[in-house]
Amino acid sequence: MSTIPKGPRPKHLTVGRIGLYCFIIMCALFFLMPLYVMIITSLKDMDEIRAANILNLPKELSFYAWPKAWSQACTGFVCEGLKPGFFNSIKITVPSVIVSVALSALNGYALAFWRFKGAYFFFGLCMFGAFIPYQVMVYPLLKIEDFLGIYSSLPGIILVHTIFGMPILTLIFRNFYSSLPIDLFKAARIDGGNFIKIFFYVIIPMSTPITIVAVILQVTGIWNDFLLGLVFAGRDNQPMTVQLNNIVQVDYGVAEYNVDMSATILTSLVPLFVYFISGRWFVRGIAAGAIKG
Amino acid sequence: MSMKNSVEVKNISFSYGKTEILNDLSLDIKEGEFMVLLGPSGCGKTTLLNCIAGLLDLTDGQIWIEDDNVTWKEPKDRHIGMVFQSYALYPSMTVEKNLSFGLRMMGTAKDLINEKIKKAANLLQINELLKRKPSQLSGGQRQRVAIGRALVRDAKVFLFDEPLSNLDAKLRAELRYEIKKLHRDLSNTMIYVTHDQIEAMTLADRISVMKDGLIQQLDTPKQIYNKPANLFVAGFIGSPSMNFLKANFDKSSQKIIVGKKQIDISKYENINNLMNDHEVIFGIRPENINIEKNENSINCKVELVEPMGADTLVWTSIEGYPISIRLEGNSNFNLNDEISISFDINKSSIFDRNSEERI
Repeated sequence: MSTIPKGPRPKHLTVGRIGLYCFIIMCALFFLMPLYVMIITSLKDMDEIRAANILNLPKELSFYAWPKAWSQACTGFVCEGLKPGFFNSIKITVPSVIVSVALSALNGYALAFWRFKGAYFFFGLCMFGAFIPYQVMVYPLLKIEDFLGIYSSLPGIILVHTIFGMPILTLIFRNFYSSLPIDLFKAARIDGGNFIKIFFYVIIPMSTPITIVAVILQVTGIWNDFLLGLVFAGRDNQPMTVQLNNIVQVDYGVAEYNVDMSATILTSLVPLFVYFISGRWFVRGIAAGAIKG
Repeated sequence: MSMKNSVEVKNISFSYGKTEILNDLSLDIKEGEFMVLLGPSGCGKTTLLNCIAGLLDLTDGQIWIEDDNVTWKEPKDRHIGMVFQSYALYPSMTVEKNLSFGLRMMGTAKDLINEKIKKAANLLQINELLKRKPSQLSGGQRQRVAIGRALVRDAKVFLFDEPLSNLDAKLRAELRYEIKKLHRDLSNTMIYVTHDQIEAMTLADRISVMKDGLIQQLDTPKQIYNKPANLFVAGFIGSPSMNFLKANFDKSSQKIIVGKKQIDISKYENINNLMNDHEVIFGIRPENINIEKNENSINCKVELVEPMGADTLVWTSIEGYPISIRLEGNSNFNLNDEISISFDINKSSIFDRNSEERI
């Protein structure tokens, strides 16, 4: 064995590597298994579900469950499927995300650059707020909203999501902005920017990565929320998750597992989609802002 | 340069929490003057600049710019332009937008903006770069743009915060020359912070050497170099730095005694201020030491030779104190050569060992 070392080092497949790959593949299989079951179950009809093994592929494809889950399944007394919930969720998520992200960016900017008196105290409060379990605050908040007359309404649930999103988002934005060179801010002040102008012309254009992270966090968080939607949204604005629960939890009649499975997949499509298109940004943003500082 | 003051710093103090950075500092800068604030890091020079710019609120005192008390004014209302060490170009804007940002914020007419950008771009030779983003520029180009950004604002006072420190040696020399030329052509008041003494010496009309938030000496570069006010200034200015020897003065012989060696200092300008047995520190610059044999010369050995091209640095020692001697580039010395050195006493500085002030 007298190969003279020259050029790139040859790559060997070591035992460690093989073990690593085995582990990764097993992890992937473990997490993909439920998804597999969900998809094939949603494509079977009820007879086959009752008759056969849960892991078997469907003998013949049945697409009966999907349209039913979308527009006919019964949630309580109404049988309109998940469709109204989907649109409710959009009506809740879009304004909540926009308002909470915009306000948090402004907060983070103020905390990072305009070191006002008590800024550290305020920042501490935010940290504190970010780690209190929100269930604790549900009842007091409910009373407040009731007093304000927005309980059980669309503005009510949007306000709640905005409030609960802001501590952690403020934290993320503040940390991201703290990592920007302070000289930029100084230059902008000399160039004639005031609080708002600097924010709009200098800071926002640099905020793309962290804004994407914030939007991902908020979209998935709000879309997946069940408790707040159940408590604050009111009957007319029930989000998709609440309606999904109503479909799955039947008190009478037959449990249609294929419909349940397709309804669940439909509900989780939005967060899944968000993760798929933004995975790269997500990791980058977390690395840039949320962990550091 | 007129006699009128452009910037007046009146008894300002500044502290971060309980840490006092500046205490009762005053400084007048004349119209059209190039003032360099020089000092090691942590001496308060950048803090002082930021106070003048209005980026930091004073704890006490006043800042006046062009006969206007700007102490409570926003940075944008102080008629200043500032250039930062990190360039601080807005990364999302093109060079053109970077240059015009200040003017756009003030609501200047578009034609006027274009005209001013054109003028600044010509002056700094950045015409070709106007459509590029800062990330597509080299360090030198970025700093040119940053200077241009200060230029278009028609500032009365330019503030530079270590603008060349991030550049390599060659570019630094190049841009230093450009800045000097700019000052010659525009004759604006400029305040320039640096820790680089070469920049300070070459650019300044006057240098204010700072340490621990205090101005140690405020004078022309020549005066500071030749007659440093105290030991700190003497050691800080000059590279290689001044040689120091601890000595005692003997009044009767007009000599200082360094260990077993004696140096005749009868030609020193302020010799009458020295008392007998005065504890002093004798300071002499490397170029003021000659290799020649005479009745006052001291014999020593070459310990190290550093050829630097234009000149050669020869290291030796007297009574354990290292001595560097700056000689012509083509001088030829070898290790352990026996040499006799003598000092230009009229160019030396003698400091009181207790007060560290120049005598």
